[in-house]
Amino acid sequence: MEALTNRLKPVDRRKMNFWERIYLPAVVKGLSITLKHFFKKKVTINYPEEVRPFSPVFRGLQILNRDEEGRENCTACGLCALACPAEAITMECAERKPGEEHLYREEKYAAKYEINMLRCIFCGLCEEACPKDAVYLSETFAPANYQRKGFIYGKKDLLIPDPKTDPEGFAKAKGSRIKHPQGHGNEH
Amino acid sequence: MYQNQILLAIDWILFTEKLVLIIVVVMVSLFVAMYSTYAERKVAAFMQDRIGPNRAGPFGILQPMADGLKLFFKEEIVPNFSSKFLFILGPILAMLTAIMVSAVIPWGDKLFIFGREVTLQIADINIGILYIFGVVSLGVYGIMIGGWASNNKFSLLGAMRAASQIISYELALGITLIALLMITGTLSLNEMVAQQKDNLWNIFLQPLGFLIFLICAFAETNRTPFDLPEAENELMGGYHAEYSSMKLGFYLFAEYVNMFLSGAVMTTLYFGGYDIPFVNDANLVHIIGQNWVTIIEGGVFFIKICLFIFFFMWVRWTVPRFRYDQLMNLGWKILLPLALFNMLVTGALILLRQNHWHF
Repeated sequence: MEALTNRLKPVDRRKMNFWERIYLPAVVKGLSITLKHFFKKKVTINYPEEVRPFSPVFRGLQILNRDEEGRENCTACGLCALACPAEAITMECAERKPGEEHLYREEKYAAKYEINMLRCIFCGLCEEACPKDAVYLSETFAPANYQRKGFIYGKKDLLIPDPKTDPEGFAKAKGSRIKHPQGHGNEH
Repeated sequence: MYQNQILLAIDWILFTEKLVLIIVVVMVSLFVAMYSTYAERKVAAFMQDRIGPNRAGPFGILQPMADGLKLFFKEEIVPNFSSKFLFILGPILAMLTAIMVSAVIPWGDKLFIFGREVTLQIADINIGILYIFGVVSLGVYGIMIGGWASNNKFSLLGAMRAASQIISYELALGITLIALLMITGTLSLNEMVAQQKDNLWNIFLQPLGFLIFLICAFAETNRTPFDLPEAENELMGGYHAEYSSMKLGFYLFAEYVNMFLSGAVMTTLYFGGYDIPFVNDANLVHIIGQNWVTIIEGGVFFIKICLFIFFFMWVRWTVPRFRYDQLMNLGWKILLPLALFNMLVTGALILLRQNHWHF
């Protein structure tokens, strides 16, 4: 029969000769291979201390962004919830009161913003849908919790640290993904 | 008249001296066994391009303590349908027989302490190697009793495998040894080392014998490629499947003690024991004194054993396990005839030599 691909490898079914049958040369060959690996460079990365660099399109847990003055960007327009294929996002909006201008950038803000991390598929469509540059997928990942309800992230879990009071935490939460002010890292 | 006479004189200094030696040897064996577990994991990791345990202490050197502590804190489970007495006896026997081998191994020459001559051998009996054989074949009882008492089919299978494997390979081992004994003409390990100190090491006189001995040693210590009795992936741990806590620890530990001591036996028999290679020990004694030479010899002996332990591990992470019929084929159809052949050739050569190389 003619082979369909060129990847065919014929199996050698000849009888083993004496040299092969005494088995020891093969063992010695194997030993030399393992000894070579003994002195090879190790591939291990000591995880908590060392982290492998992420790819530029890595999509981790969401964060809710603030502007440079520490005001929340989100206006609770609901586009992210609409875009979400897993229906993981819910929110409630509220109107900004006078005197709250330092907290929220625009007149409307999200009083409640929840993402169910068990439903979320980390597709990043919320990020693409957001017109206000408010929701981002960060480089944080692997959430852990003892209870399912712990995976429903509210505003206090999602909000990025204030850039004015905690600039380091802000930069860390933002990660290296957000390079351009309008960019998403994964746009075409 | 006889009342004031001492009927049995006990040399209390000798007694203490031997007691100290026993304690030291057992402690060293256990310590080495403990760190063999660490070495095993490191060697395995390095051969698989990993770095192995590195969390407990610098480079993970406290890992064996952590493992031991974990084993101690585990729940002690005795299965309901097991025979309790035998179940507990199993690991005890395994450990006991493993350690008993250390009694006749010469760990070094003699030391002079407070004007007394102290030999670094617990018991210099003139049938040393026979004693080792006796004890090693007792070792299978630990496994067999443990596997039987567990009342679990996998344990029993593992135990049966262990028993038949050890019996099969002991034959070839014994016959190889006969060839060696024909050359040395003594059963005392101390004398064998003394002979090798002055002449060639036995490995050069008995290369084939050593090869057979080595393969059989692998089988006797249940190390891969002969680890069928435990066979994690087919028998779920074999004879120690039902064991937990420190009883399991004893079984695992006994294996490493066995490895250490079989390394010691092979070194003594074939690699000159505590002989320092490329150095005339007798000359060295004149230069730096007997005590220092003895200490160096002990160190050299230890290094030789460590090389053997490394070899055991190296093979474990290279060669896959045998199938059971392959194991039996190798033991009965290859090693046994080969050992017999080796014995005959050795005997013929010895006769020829006595006859000044005339037929």
